[in-house]
Amino acid sequence: MNQGGADIADTFPKLLDRNARTMGDAPAYREKEFGIWQTYDWSRVREETRALAAGLAGLGFRPGDKLIVVGDNRPRLYWAMNAAQCLGGIPVPVYQDAVASEMAYVVEHAEARFAIVENQEQVDKLLEIQRQVPALATIVYEDPRGLRDYRDVASYESVQEKGRAALKATPDLLDAGIAAAKGSDASVMLYTSGTTGRPKGVVLSFDNLRLTAENAARADGLRAGDDLVSYLPMAWVGDHIFSYAQGHAVGLTVNCPESPDTLQADLREIGPTYYFAPPRVLENMITTVTIRMEDAGAFKRRAFRYFMDLARRVGSRLLDGQPVSLADRLQYALGNLLVYAPLKNALGLSRVRVAYTAGEAVGPDIFNFFRSLGINMKQLYGQTEASVFVTQHPNRDVRLETVGKPSPDVELKIADNGEVLFRGPGVFLEYYKNPAATAETKTADGWVHSGDAGFIDEAGHLRIIDRAKDVGKLVDGTLFAPKYIENKLKFFPHINEVVAFGDGRDHVAAFVNVDLTAVGDWAERRDISYASYQELAARPEVLALIRGEIEQVNAELATDPRMAGAQIRRFLVLPKLLDADDGELTRTRKVRRGFIAERYAALVTALYDGSASIHIRTEVTFEDGRKGVVEGDVAIGDATVHPAVLLKKAG
Amino acid sequence: MARASRAIGDVLLSVENISLGFGGVKALTDISFDIHKGEVRAIIGPNGAGKSSMLNCINGFYHPQQGTITYKGVPRSRMKPHEAAAQGIARTFQNIALFKGMSTLDNIMTGRNLRMKSGLFWQALHWGPALREEIEHRRVVERVIDFLEIQHVRKMPVGQLPYGLQKRVELGRALAAEPELLLLDEPMAGMNIEEKQDMCRFVLDVNDTFGTTICLIEHDMGVVMDISDRVVVLDYGKKIGDGTPEAVKANPDVVAAYLGTAH
Repeated sequence: MNQGGADIADTFPKLLDRNARTMGDAPAYREKEFGIWQTYDWSRVREETRALAAGLAGLGFRPGDKLIVVGDNRPRLYWAMNAAQCLGGIPVPVYQDAVASEMAYVVEHAEARFAIVENQEQVDKLLEIQRQVPALATIVYEDPRGLRDYRDVASYESVQEKGRAALKATPDLLDAGIAAAKGSDASVMLYTSGTTGRPKGVVLSFDNLRLTAENAARADGLRAGDDLVSYLPMAWVGDHIFSYAQGHAVGLTVNCPESPDTLQADLREIGPTYYFAPPRVLENMITTVTIRMEDAGAFKRRAFRYFMDLARRVGSRLLDGQPVSLADRLQYALGNLLVYAPLKNALGLSRVRVAYTAGEAVGPDIFNFFRSLGINMKQLYGQTEASVFVTQHPNRDVRLETVGKPSPDVELKIADNGEVLFRGPGVFLEYYKNPAATAETKTADGWVHSGDAGFIDEAGHLRIIDRAKDVGKLVDGTLFAPKYIENKLKFFPHINEVVAFGDGRDHVAAFVNVDLTAVGDWAERRDISYASYQELAARPEVLALIRGEIEQVNAELATDPRMAGAQIRRFLVLPKLLDADDGELTRTRKVRRGFIAERYAALVTALYDGSASIHIRTEVTFEDGRKGVVEGDVAIGDATVHPAVLLKKAG
Repeated sequence: MARASRAIGDVLLSVENISLGFGGVKALTDISFDIHKGEVRAIIGPNGAGKSSMLNCINGFYHPQQGTITYKGVPRSRMKPHEAAAQGIARTFQNIALFKGMSTLDNIMTGRNLRMKSGLFWQALHWGPALREEIEHRRVVERVIDFLEIQHVRKMPVGQLPYGLQKRVELGRALAAEPELLLLDEPMAGMNIEEKQDMCRFVLDVNDTFGTTICLIEHDMGVVMDISDRVVVLDYGKKIGDGTPEAVKANPDVVAAYLGTAH
């Protein structure tokens, strides 16, 4: 062992030891159970983790073994990841809503022999997988509910109990293994959702995660004791870096909600200081606020409107420290008393110091809503292959249309074809068992092809246009960036998802998914009746509503000479919601456009052959895996195209 | 469904030659059956067959003119519903009987009422022994909430909840009393398929996890046949069948009275 190596906490088990030593009674995890927040301090977490690790060792877990971890965010599952690392193993968190067949691929590809899962639902899936992948020998569950009659599965507590006994007999059972691990070793394996093809197992090292976590924390001024609510999937790299890596490296307190349904109430009770939400979650928040305000009394409604207008005007400027007139400052202070502070409190965002959104482009209304309330909402650009952070908005330099400046120690360059390349401490080791894909993505000197097209603007901020491979051309040569158009449409609250077509075609056309909550509410207020999503989507009023919004987007596109030719001419409202269970979205809810184009080929043809409606019959998968059929006529709408507006150039 | 770990015990409650009439209307005539410890026992029958009357007799709400009911080996004389409750019998109602303006939590808390020992004085002050006791009761209630997966509506007034959830809260209130015998009067009535599936699972889970004996009235034949161990069939206040679901299904009287002609 090299000198001093043990002093640097360069792995998560070593960081856990350090935290237990330096802040043993500080809260590390909280979990709401039986209506009360149960707190686990760092010493307790260390004890629990070691007990589990020793227990797993007793079950035959060896260095290099993979540990599948599946479930909602639970402290015990986070500890399980650390326990695997104590033994030189590699945790592989898996999306908890994945169906058994998807999970089977990961289990088989990772050659995992062990799994720790949350509850009966997941145990059932893994038992099913076990039949195809017999190498999966040991399944450990956390919640015993409904599992009394199951054979050949072990409870978390029983494993820990055996581990405690083993540790009593041999107190230094784990020490050598923990000390032997190095920062450059593999820490975790995260399967990327993959908008194309099979998921790939991204291997990240301890150094990747730890250095990235520390850098980002320093840039944002995070400190021990900052509160984080962990509610995004544990299999997602974002949760891994925020909850796990920054949790250990900085000493954040990770708060696990009681259940996904209670998130909003739990958020309010915890009042996180560090917050992450993908745009769709922020959007839902605003939709809820808007709907509730429409039901409020006339006075409250007017006050809300008045002060929100004021906030939109000056809120962001105040946040960025720009000059604002005294009168506006005073009014803003009054608004804070009457509207902003109570609203932030209701949303559970009163204490937020740093908030991030990423994953998809965020709409200006959404982003500005939060910033105008005085919430330091920022964007970041990241990838699993980068341990998340590639660029992030610096505090006080936040621009809606960019994803910020390179994170500390990260280098950026733009390839000739417009693709963004990055290099830095977070760059992944490899794709597991896939050297060809690794070589394709990562150059020998460490540059990673992000697959996104973008450019760096005058202020040094990165702007992302689209996936590099999705950017195409219409037959007349007009640039077609589908995501750019889709995002503009998705910023309307009534529109949930859009798929735009146009590459190699003579005009742009689109599939639209309406937002059931927002359009449902809109329909209710107009006495438009519907019984299901399909019925709502087929209403001519809804088609007209969407047409209006598409035409607004067309008008916007017309002002951009590069995009004026890519206005949407024809569209339809899909009779079913695009769903990850049907393979139409990835588990992180990104549109899989190739798959959709293939599956709805008849609809795409109809968009381009001028027909006014088309009959469709398609299969849907329900949550429990059963299949059903959606059938009906889909009307196709035509939208007005605006002539290109030529902006006069000065001089 | 593997429910191997369940043990069916001795007779918990037996009903012998019960007759109940309201004026000239004979609601029940000479009914006898028993319920074993740990089983799921169903009472079925067409509308007006006397199912709810039977449950009301067991519960002590009605007093049969003839016959005896023996609970835990003790024949019972005229008994009030709260005495039945104190002996470990809890029930839910066909039409939801919750306090609509109170939260889920408070409604389930009322299920602990009989077990509260501190006096009115301390309870009014919400201090001292009353506070300590309430914490203990709250713990039980929270376990019930967790068990029934209704954390997200813990603080909501039950009047605002969908029907299926209200039914679940009612089950929760009955469970909070930690009953030995749980009487369920049409627990799945008016529910959609998904709600029914959930409720079935909860009923079986209660039976498995707490070993609670369950006597339920139900109209949905599929449900009854799937989840009960034994079934009593009533028709016009008379017992026309008694046995396992398979035996009852094969009984020609039952088929004629209830299930209609064989499909």
